[in-house]
Amino acid sequence: MSDEQDIILADLSDEELTLQMHDDLYDGMKDEIEESVNILLSRGWLPYDVLTKALVEGMRIVGIDFRDGILFVPEVLLAANAMKGGMAILKPLLAETGAPRLGNMVIGTVKGDIHDIGKNLVTMMMEGAGFEVKDLGINNPVENYLEELESGEYDILGMSALLTTTMPYMKVVIDTMIEKGMRDDYVVLVGGAPLNEEFGKAIGADAYCRDAAVAVETAKEYMAKKHNQLGA
Amino acid sequence: MAGVSDTTLTTDGLSAPIGNDGRVLIIACGALAREILALIELNKWTHMALTCLPANYHLYPDKITDAVEAAVIKHRPNYAEIFIAYADCGTGGLLFDKCKELGVQMIKGPHCYSFFEGNDVFAKTSEDEITAFYLTDFLVKQFDAFVWKPMGLDRHPELRDMYFGNYTKLVYQAQVNDPALDAKAAEISKKMGLPLERRFTGYGDLAVALAAL
Repeated sequence: MSDEQDIILADLSDEELTLQMHDDLYDGMKDEIEESVNILLSRGWLPYDVLTKALVEGMRIVGIDFRDGILFVPEVLLAANAMKGGMAILKPLLAETGAPRLGNMVIGTVKGDIHDIGKNLVTMMMEGAGFEVKDLGINNPVENYLEELESGEYDILGMSALLTTTMPYMKVVIDTMIEKGMRDDYVVLVGGAPLNEEFGKAIGADAYCRDAAVAVETAKEYMAKKHNQLGA
Repeated sequence: MAGVSDTTLTTDGLSAPIGNDGRVLIIACGALAREILALIELNKWTHMALTCLPANYHLYPDKITDAVEAAVIKHRPNYAEIFIAYADCGTGGLLFDKCKELGVQMIKGPHCYSFFEGNDVFAKTSEDEITAFYLTDFLVKQFDAFVWKPMGLDRHPELRDMYFGNYTKLVYQAQVNDPALDAKAAEISKKMGLPLERRFTGYGDLAVALAAL
């Protein structure tokens, strides 16, 4: 995104540095992102502001260009890797400084599927947006999801699959939740390359999310609805 | 066909049918062209003609169903029977539904790794092999065009473990015995950082499906 060379990050103003971080995220420059995060923190920025104004906003731009076919999966992965570097610095600080929490989510790739790139992106973006996320990893049978949901105060269940052969397992999980009378206690979001909105509806999910940015927006909408209902 | 490169089969397919006596046309994925022609020659199936769609449609499986439909409509007036040499191939049942609607048969199974190994055998073993990355002869030959470059690994090899970190082995399903392909598969296994397991499958259920035509 940027052609500039040899920029001394510490010499940039806050505004310039934030914009530079958007560029560096876009270009997948992990070392520069880590350095910039530390610079902003040393200038007294709240971890939550570094996260939202620099990292999340940068990834939002990456997400738009991915959706519009300007960036492709490899570039998004490099950007995500850079953001991960920044998040690793911020995460312990966010807990200490009482950053707002929007809700709690359990996420995992379904049984028989070991693909986790999309799931990891969603996890990172959800965390960036203020959700607490428990990542169950890959190849999860229904028991893993249910045990985790029952063990904590969760709002959202996210399931991911990359294969047409494994995506039907999402229905097994949802049907089991219905059998146990717990389906309506959670918002169920599903995603993965071979899925579509029709599939999401057919299996009884609340929403299909075509990418990480949509997952975040959808989760926020459902949490807002939930709070409105509780307040009514 | 000898003059058609694997790269052409990947990106362009084979638009002009090979063989044309008006009886059976096989509309196949470009990744199966050489195997189908070998079977036709071996079995002297002179009633069969072959045309292929680009193999790289597998990178965007949503293209496959429409492309197969267009090919059926184009060639139907010239052949008594048409057979679709695709498995489900990531279409999530859409190709099966379309073939049913068009009144044509297709290969059973989820994808070529399954029917080369034999769908019944694959169904039994694949549950224990979810961490296996499969290659066929065609994919060994076209690994860079089909896997490495589309994933950006030629430009960013550091992404390798993000893509393949959860895999534990590379299974090369060999359709023919060819030391050059074995050597290439060994190179790929090194490149991917995965141990190689070679299995000779021959043509598996592909041969069974074509023999029934």
